[in-house]
Amino acid sequence: MSDATATLAVTAAPTPSSKDDGARRRQVLILVAVCAVIALLLFAVTDVYLQNVLILTLMYAALSQSWNILGGYCGQISLGHALYFGVGAYTTSYLFAGYGILPWFGLVLGGVLSALLALVLGYFCFRLKGHYFAIATLVIAEIGLLLVHNSDTLGGALGIQWPFAADGWATMQFARNKLPYIYLALALFVVTWVATYVIEGSRWGFWWRAIKDDSQAAESLGVEVFRSKMAAAGVSAFFTAVGGAFYAAFVAYIDPDSVMSFRFSLLFCLPAVLGGIGTLWGPAVGALILIPVTELTRSYLGGSGSGLDLIIYGGLIMIVALARPEGVLSLFGGAGKGSAR
Amino acid sequence: MTVESFFQVFASGLLMGLLYALIAVGLSLIFGLMDVVNFAHGEFLMAAMYATFGLWALTAIDPALLIPAATALLFGFGALVYMGVVRFAMRARTNAAMVQIFATFGLGILMQGVAQYFFTPDYRSITDSWFGNSTVDVAGVFLPVPQLFGAVISVLAFVALYLLMSRTDFGKALEATREDQGAVALVGIDRDRVFALGWGLGAALVGLAGGVLAIFYYIHPQVGGAFALIAYVVVALGGFGSVFGALAAGIIVGLVEAFAAVLMPPSMKAIAVYSLYLAVVFIRPSGLFGRL
Amino acid sequence: MTPTSSSNIVEIRGLTRRFGGLVANRDVTMDIRHGEILGLIGPNGAGKSTLFNQIAGAFPPSSGEIRFEGREISRLPGTQRCLLGIARTFQVPRSFDSMTVVENVMVGSFVRHSAARAARAAAWQTLDYVGMADRGESPAGELTPPEKRRLEMARALATQPRILLLDEVLTGLTPSEAQQGVELVRRVRDSGVTVVMVEHVMEIVMPLVDRAVVLHLGQVLAEGPPKDVVRQDSVITAYLGERHRAA
Repeated sequence: MSDATATLAVTAAPTPSSKDDGARRRQVLILVAVCAVIALLLFAVTDVYLQNVLILTLMYAALSQSWNILGGYCGQISLGHALYFGVGAYTTSYLFAGYGILPWFGLVLGGVLSALLALVLGYFCFRLKGHYFAIATLVIAEIGLLLVHNSDTLGGALGIQWPFAADGWATMQFARNKLPYIYLALALFVVTWVATYVIEGSRWGFWWRAIKDDSQAAESLGVEVFRSKMAAAGVSAFFTAVGGAFYAAFVAYIDPDSVMSFRFSLLFCLPAVLGGIGTLWGPAVGALILIPVTELTRSYLGGSGSGLDLIIYGGLIMIVALARPEGVLSLFGGAGKGSAR
Repeated sequence: MTVESFFQVFASGLLMGLLYALIAVGLSLIFGLMDVVNFAHGEFLMAAMYATFGLWALTAIDPALLIPAATALLFGFGALVYMGVVRFAMRARTNAAMVQIFATFGLGILMQGVAQYFFTPDYRSITDSWFGNSTVDVAGVFLPVPQLFGAVISVLAFVALYLLMSRTDFGKALEATREDQGAVALVGIDRDRVFALGWGLGAALVGLAGGVLAIFYYIHPQVGGAFALIAYVVVALGGFGSVFGALAAGIIVGLVEAFAAVLMPPSMKAIAVYSLYLAVVFIRPSGLFGRL
Repeated sequence: MTPTSSSNIVEIRGLTRRFGGLVANRDVTMDIRHGEILGLIGPNGAGKSTLFNQIAGAFPPSSGEIRFEGREISRLPGTQRCLLGIARTFQVPRSFDSMTVVENVMVGSFVRHSAARAARAAAWQTLDYVGMADRGESPAGELTPPEKRRLEMARALATQPRILLLDEVLTGLTPSEAQQGVELVRRVRDSGVTVVMVEHVMEIVMPLVDRAVVLHLGQVLAEGPPKDVVRQDSVITAYLGERHRAA
């Protein structure tokens, strides 16, 4: 393009790219190790309750990872991701219960629909900044919830019950044995992790982080800010919906409040915030802390009426936001980072 | 819709709207002052409602008389929240958006948990008060007395606020700090003090609204949520930082909600309000009277 | 390799920019020649930043044209100007603090390389070129202000620009830091990149630039070699006006 190229490549520069490659490779090894540990756990843990906790932990880790793509890497804090979760859950449920279409198709379709929805909403929302954007996402999710509540096709307040079907991978129904659900949840987590990993090392990842830090400076360096945000939103929404589809298959009954309420939007962003927003392992670490704690407080402190789980959530978020916005992961120094923090 | 029912709907919308305006103006004030959105605003309202309820349960004094106490408590609480939480949140340099949102967000959730812990999730209400469930007939239109009382309080509060902002030194300090945070330090105005008092004032206003609401509304730990959303809508519509905007927008929202409830299934009325928010914010981010 | 062509890389005709009632640039007409170092100077409020920002694409002019290598670009957004080869720095360095130095530069090099490996290699080369390779792995937020300035330049250079717009890149530096900066600017020009500098620090800038354009009250007051421009009465009055009159 310009004569400058030849002369800018003046001296032989020390290229520690091998060092960066090494760091990246290490992350993959850690993932393999984590999967191995979980595989071992599968044999050790036979208690149904604990298996449930494991499934939920993996699921929320995956969902938070998806949220993190938009919120952590790109810096657009969405408080309404339950909307996409609901689209995934409802698409899958509606197609299976109404037309016998296997959940695997519903999963993909739900993801695609979610991504499209995110693009449309992003078109309007991304001109808003910071808290305006966050509030808009909240409001939009509420509208979605209300619309579903009032929709007879989608079962209204009664929701959709999955018809009893034979156990099997085709229908994603396993009434007797929870093990396959653990595999599915683990697969979900691995897929979202890999997606984040790939993105982090790619041009998109760098553009998103640049936008998060200083979108005007990013523009001066050729970054198409609007288009980048849209891409982040689409990817994030896709995976969130896939998570919703899994959840629907897992619980086999959904209604608006059980998949689209604000509670879920919260549960998707908290692990990332807690563990390390914008990092590769942050959401997983956060989920590992948050979900078992939630389940424990629920069972040992007698039901959700005590409010203690809320006190713990709220307290944790405040402490992290004020004292350590980089998240719990940053306490371990450089551990758990790919090529970026 | 008949003429009578039109006026009925209009009247209830107006009364509720004035109350919404009062709930929202504190949020707008704080934002206008320091560019921070309080994501625990709904919980502040909830706290005021519980404070009124608690005092009534303890002392059996009529809630209308307890309103000043609730307001004062919230004033102190607001100042404390600034000093203990917001002040630190504002210092964040990395992840600034995330810190400012989640610091108050977390506080709101914490407050819900605390309320739930002390009061249980059960719905509470003040069952015995002067204004209680009475209505008054004004030219064929039935006005619930508590809402009417609330509307009057709201109007008085706005007048007082206007006088405070334009005639007192404190009001001028608030205005000055809003215009140029850096310069005021040079003039000897302690920024932290002004902000703390600003938060106190904002919280007191929502405290006033909470005290009024406690008279006729069900109180439970999550009651703040729906009102908070309405407050954000009102503030965005009126313009972040504009007191008059909050008043005008509150009334508009109240009216829209009232008429929507008649024209569509009641559970959908919220959609009308939310859609209004989105329409305003997409077309005119600074709102009707705001300056962004 | 210094191009000796006297053709213009940028041509500005009748550029005017209003902000409400204020006319920040009034009918500015000037050329920027291939391969020169042009100094944009003038007293405070002269409209230098406004002109600079319009060339960079931060906002469009109210009227007038800007031609880049013959092509009209006055309405083109800044992102696309970067792709064409117009790069800029910011007066207050705006580094991406959540990333390391080399990652910051990579954001620039990604303009010309879509694969991360190539972008990273190019970024390291650029860092080496500006003499910051030793700071490559440091978090950008930990740099000293002069280092941040240099990072700004490295990042802009990574986009392989044909023209580099520098906004007060030498202000507030110690004499030795400023000297290093001057050398870097010379090297950049010698590699074939046209440089436009908005500056205040006369003693350093005047020996560096080939030509200077003086702005005053939004208009072009004088232009030409620095030696000549500095001696013109109108320029002296513009800078020292009040004192002259008072005396």
